[in-house]
Amino acid sequence: MSNHQTGAIAPGGRKLEGAPVAPARRLPLAWVGIVPFALFALLFLILPTAKIVIGAFQTPDGGFTLDNIQGLFTDSILKAYWISIRISLASAALGCLIGFGIATAFVLGGLPQWIRGPLMTFSGVASNFAGVPLAFAFLATLGPVGLITLFLKTNFGVDLRMLGFNLLSFWGLTLTYLFFQIPLMILIITPALDGLKREWREAAEILGATGGQYWRMVAFPILLPSILGTLALLFANAFGAVATAIALTGSSLSIVPILLYAQIRGDVLGNPHLGYALAFGMIVVTGIANALYIWLRARSERWLK
Amino acid sequence: MKRFFAWGALIFGLLYFFLPLIGMTNFSLKMRRGVYSLDAYAVVLSDPNFQATFSYSVMMAIFTIIFGVVLVVPTAYWVRLKLPGLRPYIEFITLLPLVIPAIVIVFGYIRLYNTSSWLPLTGTAMGTNILLMFGYTILALPYMYRAVDTGLRTIDVTTLTEAAQSLGAGWATILGRIILPNVLVAVLSGAFLTFAIVLGEFTMAALLNRPAFGPYMQLLGANRAYEPAALAVIAFAITWGCLGLIQLVSRLQKSAPPKA
Repeated sequence: MSNHQTGAIAPGGRKLEGAPVAPARRLPLAWVGIVPFALFALLFLILPTAKIVIGAFQTPDGGFTLDNIQGLFTDSILKAYWISIRISLASAALGCLIGFGIATAFVLGGLPQWIRGPLMTFSGVASNFAGVPLAFAFLATLGPVGLITLFLKTNFGVDLRMLGFNLLSFWGLTLTYLFFQIPLMILIITPALDGLKREWREAAEILGATGGQYWRMVAFPILLPSILGTLALLFANAFGAVATAIALTGSSLSIVPILLYAQIRGDVLGNPHLGYALAFGMIVVTGIANALYIWLRARSERWLK
Repeated sequence: MKRFFAWGALIFGLLYFFLPLIGMTNFSLKMRRGVYSLDAYAVVLSDPNFQATFSYSVMMAIFTIIFGVVLVVPTAYWVRLKLPGLRPYIEFITLLPLVIPAIVIVFGYIRLYNTSSWLPLTGTAMGTNILLMFGYTILALPYMYRAVDTGLRTIDVTTLTEAAQSLGAGWATILGRIILPNVLVAVLSGAFLTFAIVLGEFTMAALLNRPAFGPYMQLLGANRAYEPAALAVIAFAITWGCLGLIQLVSRLQKSAPPKA
């Protein structure tokens, strides 16, 4: 089908001359097969993103400027970034820690084997149960008239609100995000825990290591890249979450995704190009987090093969 | 000691994950004062807006799945067969939607495909629907591509292709009758996950102003008390159903290995 004899004069033909075992000379047409995909990715992923990135450095009439980026460094926008980063970091760190604890308990803690299947399935469901319904679930549980709130009030006379707990706050949002962060950590870290070879532990024990030493000096350093890598992924995951935040807080908590949402809807910042800059900032933050993830992931795979 | 901590972790996990589920279920049943009832569900299910937005999102999910399969399966197959050197780059592109937040992508759509642009997709309802479907395809791309690519890894693509070609099959026959049936389980896993993602998606639909299920849930949540909890239960059941179906099809495959 792609065996064109005329291909001998094509530029690809010249390349083949150098290779001694070139079986047949043909026009290099294989790339045609991925054109639809490449075109789709270009039009609906790369170009829209590029448009935002370029727009962040443009004046309304198309000239180059750094004013938009500089415009980010105002009090309210910096505050929005800061609280977003804090929530993402807190939910990612806690998600990692708790997810790791639960996964370790399941893989190495001597719990019955049959629990594992349901745990992985449930993690799959819970890590996908984000967005608007998740916010409803937490409102129904910890909101002003939620299950736990009422239970504590009627049975123990404890008023969560008086204690300073509010679902529409830093900790409230973090607690809610954990519902999809912990399962995601479990899903990613369980294969890594499975990859810890029994021989490593036995070798450590023969050399006289205690359980703590084994963990501190063997298992943990091996797992560390996966853990840090997942941390980066969870961070990006929380940073880009829009729906949960909007359904939970309306617009009362000014985090970056909510601010950008309001900006796209109604130009609340009063400068369309500042919106580009805001979005560009989001790409930079999640981009850094994910670059870290890819790098650490590559390092961890060296050990876990 | 170890076992003690393990059980502790299990119980903590159960509490944290089941209390919100119990909370929302409990709340969804309390619409009628003093007794448990299914009133909230009745109200939600009979709401014409629920029916309209839900069926809209189901339709969008189906089209997204079809488009995604048509786009991803031939590409992943072709890359494995002819361009293995490009695999890391394609994989990188398919993972980009995890890096670039959905809100940024849709912002780009709005600016790139508005009525005064070269491709005014947002000018008509149909155009916007298509744009939204493309957006959903992008969102599902990391899961879809990975599922299909993993499926392709388990079969010998080259041998199957050569065998089919020597019997005179064209590319369409190879893809439709050889490759697709062999990676069907992987495709179905990707499809169910896509379904779950599309059905609950909020950001893209809301910013493109399409009457989808996600924005409807958000709107109801802002205005009502008990109905949102009922919706959350329904949404959770759907997610659970989709993931359950993935488990089911992959188990079916394990018990009946493909006759490749």
